[in-house]
Amino acid sequence: MTLANKPASGPDNAAEPEQPPVPEGHVRLTIDGIEVIAPKGELVIRAAERLGIAIPRFCDHPLLEPVGACRQCLVEVEMGGKPMPKPQASCTQTVADGMVVKTQLTSPVAEKAQRGNLEFLLLNHPLDCPVCDKGGECPLQNQTMADGSASSRLIDEKRLFEKPIAISTEILLDRERCVLCQRCTRFSDQIAGDKFIDLLERGSGQQIGIGVDAAGEVPFQSYFSGNTIQICPVGALTSADYRFRARPFDLVSSRSVCEHCAGGDAVRTDHRRGEIMRRLAWNDPEVNEEWISDKCRFAFTYVTTDRLTTPLVRRDGVLAPASWTDAVTAAAAGLEKARDARGVGVLAGGRLTASDAYAYAKFARVALRSNDIDFRARYGSDEELAFLAGYLPTLTGPNAVRYADLESAPTVVLVAFEPEEESPTVFLRLRKAVRKNGTAVHAVAPLRSRGLGKLSGTLVKALPGDEAGALDQLPELDETAIVLVGERAAQSPGLLTAVAELARRRGARLAWIPRRAGEVGSALAGAAPTLLPGGRLVADPAAREELEKHWGAPVPDRPGRNGEQIIDALVGGELSGVVVGGVDPGDLPDPAKALAALEAADFVVSLEQRLTAVTDRADVVLPIAAVPEKSGAFVDWEGRVRPFDAALGKTGAMEDGRVLDTIGVEMDVDLYTQSALAAQTELERVWRAIARPAQALPAGRHEGVLAKGAEAVRQLLDKLPGRHRGLTLASWRMLLDGGTLLIGEPHLAGTAKPDVVLLAAGAAAERGIEAGQQVSVTGPAGSLTLPAQILPDTEMLTDVVWLPGRVDGVSTSVRLGATVGAQVHVEPAAQQAQPGGPR
Amino acid sequence: MSFLDPVKGFGVTFATMFKPVVTDDYPRKPAAPATRYHGRHQLNRHPDGLEKCVGCELCAWACPADAIFVEGADNTEQERYSPGERYGKNYQINYLRCIGCGLCIEACPTRALSMTNEYELADDDRQRLIYTKDMLLAPLQPGMEAPPHPLRLGDSKDYYARGPELLAQQGSGPAESGAAGEPGAAGQQGTAGQRQEGDA
Repeated sequence: MTLANKPASGPDNAAEPEQPPVPEGHVRLTIDGIEVIAPKGELVIRAAERLGIAIPRFCDHPLLEPVGACRQCLVEVEMGGKPMPKPQASCTQTVADGMVVKTQLTSPVAEKAQRGNLEFLLLNHPLDCPVCDKGGECPLQNQTMADGSASSRLIDEKRLFEKPIAISTEILLDRERCVLCQRCTRFSDQIAGDKFIDLLERGSGQQIGIGVDAAGEVPFQSYFSGNTIQICPVGALTSADYRFRARPFDLVSSRSVCEHCAGGDAVRTDHRRGEIMRRLAWNDPEVNEEWISDKCRFAFTYVTTDRLTTPLVRRDGVLAPASWTDAVTAAAAGLEKARDARGVGVLAGGRLTASDAYAYAKFARVALRSNDIDFRARYGSDEELAFLAGYLPTLTGPNAVRYADLESAPTVVLVAFEPEEESPTVFLRLRKAVRKNGTAVHAVAPLRSRGLGKLSGTLVKALPGDEAGALDQLPELDETAIVLVGERAAQSPGLLTAVAELARRRGARLAWIPRRAGEVGSALAGAAPTLLPGGRLVADPAAREELEKHWGAPVPDRPGRNGEQIIDALVGGELSGVVVGGVDPGDLPDPAKALAALEAADFVVSLEQRLTAVTDRADVVLPIAAVPEKSGAFVDWEGRVRPFDAALGKTGAMEDGRVLDTIGVEMDVDLYTQSALAAQTELERVWRAIARPAQALPAGRHEGVLAKGAEAVRQLLDKLPGRHRGLTLASWRMLLDGGTLLIGEPHLAGTAKPDVVLLAAGAAAERGIEAGQQVSVTGPAGSLTLPAQILPDTEMLTDVVWLPGRVDGVSTSVRLGATVGAQVHVEPAAQQAQPGGPR
Repeated sequence: MSFLDPVKGFGVTFATMFKPVVTDDYPRKPAAPATRYHGRHQLNRHPDGLEKCVGCELCAWACPADAIFVEGADNTEQERYSPGERYGKNYQINYLRCIGCGLCIEACPTRALSMTNEYELADDDRQRLIYTKDMLLAPLQPGMEAPPHPLRLGDSKDYYARGPELLAQQGSGPAESGAAGEPGAAGQQGTAGQRQEGDA
């Protein structure tokens, strides 16, 4: 900020030559008698803010485009010695050279205009602050109490509307309270791209509302709708979830990090008497700005739903409550025995904090003397591990991709990555980049999703499993381009290698964005069969030696089994025991086999928050803390460490690291992970000693890998007559699809996108399928019936059918017995509705 | 010094025997406190028995001793406790903390909260001194119905805009309960006295 020291002044003063020169692209103006130099195009309200002058406002928001709707920020403006005829809205008025602005502090005209406007805004306001959820933190209430007039001159009836109407299952709209500032509609239009609410009607009947089509009302269906509640300056938008539950002064707020995606969003957790009441976005300009997704905002009821509170030990075939001492002794004894028999594997799950993941990684190596550990509770290949070994060191190097880089990159390529569903914060930042800087987004995918449409993206059509082949069709990339690759790339053999090769050859920067919050941290902490903490390879003797120095214990040299191999080994009797940390078998590629493996195992230790299919088969169950109950840190996709403290203190729940440390003590090994701080400190120390930050990806071992197999399949398919041909299955998980962390949240579940089968027009026409018709998709194991949605042939490959990754809590590939890229049969459904149909 | 000095004090005692008694014969005959005495709180009702409390927590906000705990909840058509959208689901006053200042009464936007003349708030158990909603709610007067029940006296706005009128229509005792139209007002004089009779 540039401030002229001299007080503003009469003409003779201004004429003096000693004034500092105005820099290029800036102007000099006077606000309330203070001279200020402001960049051209800056709004008067911002320039005043920099001087510490707060002009009242409702519609103005720094991240939304100015609209001047509420008229609360009126100020008196003088240009060239001539006052403008009427007070001006300072949120739309840009600065100009020689402008003289007088706010309510110095101008009786502005003060009167603002007071009058406030009275006008309150004409139809119901003044039901005592029952309004915004009461106590409401800008309208605060400004009325501070500057408003004590009474209204309105003698007529107020305009009445039906009190709250649900515009989605989560969002309630009270039109009586609305001051028509349009923050919500502008957010939906500009930031989220989901224009499902808008201004309706005219004059005194003007109101916010949702649209109506032939089927009835179109709900406010957006993954980001919760943000409108937070930015609403009155109580017009409230959530069904937080309705009447607490007042601002009841709440204890703590800064947390969202555990639902790899975006690392800063959130504010508000709790009352040990129970979380709501979560809000925290303003972190470098990461999530002021926005979070609805999943991040509303999915916290899992913390209090059906929690395990005591350890359970299986005695005579029955799980019975036990003391911690008993349970830990039993776990240690059982694990020792299993380790000495044929060995123990660890399935760590992808939702761990970095310190907990480190505890698992160390526990596996030191206590279980094995590298059989995998953090990936999903489809994960060995190629992915090899890719990560090259990729992880670049995260701490100078070329790591950050959110800000996404914003300024001219070209962003999405490979096997659907940002809106898989990392919503990345989606918002990409959308900002597209709107502000005209970033070109190219997606290598089988179809143009709605999310890609909102990014004005270009589709590079790729058959699932053959994305590597389609990389050739991308436009020429240079070093300014950024390639974002999702965790689904592991499902397509050769793809990760090809993407790394592409990025390396063109000098483009690469970022790997998994869905789950803990995956990057877990990989960095070494919770993987071939990776040690610090991202070094198990196979590297130097790395092992350095780690042994820090741990004071031998590090096994044989690279371990990955998740799938651990399960196979358990089934085949090559492993005796397994430690499972918060893995939902339904997320694994083959849930039935995973459950069979747990049954086959001699000894199973489960660290869980609630009773699940895993605990049913466990010998010892140890209850652990949920994210809001513990401290720790997530590492987001950028490699940025996002530490957080426990939002709920004194719950007595223990984090995984502490439980493993206690078991370790019983097994005569010291992990030093008894607290998150201890584990984190050690991880950082080990990290500094071992990690080798890299500038770029290493050269790939396979030059220009193409999935030739997929190409052959396609040629074969082309020869078959169209109607009998199967379609290639494409699928990915949706943001809201009934995962474990979404339990107990019906309002949020109601905003999930409806499950549909996506077909290209050509494929649908061949089979006589019309939009909205029930369609059966059949694989080797079973079939799924959902209504059809038809995309034009230009937006989708005609030999592909898309299904949501999880329907009614069952993974689609499990239900069909077909993985992504496999052939499935698609036909119009028989008349009667089948299970798994529309909900 | 006079020789009477040693017995002068007895004179005071003797003279006092002929003056009016200022002590109360508590607990046999407790005196009634002043009519606006700040005694135990009461949660008042509308004439049809619906609760006046909307669970807004303004009393808890105003309380300088943090003695009040309130949790609001949503009225539904099936289960209605008060007119309007919101009611007080959980209401507690901790009389170990309450200093009887009455700021809560001033804060109450619906006149749901008032204070009775009952002052016998002593116990040997902390838990019993946390008064819950059922202990604080005004007793049902004739013509009242225990909530939850639907609106009996028009729509939500009528309850506030036409309170005294509705009370008069209800027939039972607008004369006794005074102009404020609150059934609680009737209790204000009576509560302490009723307890005394019961005890005697």
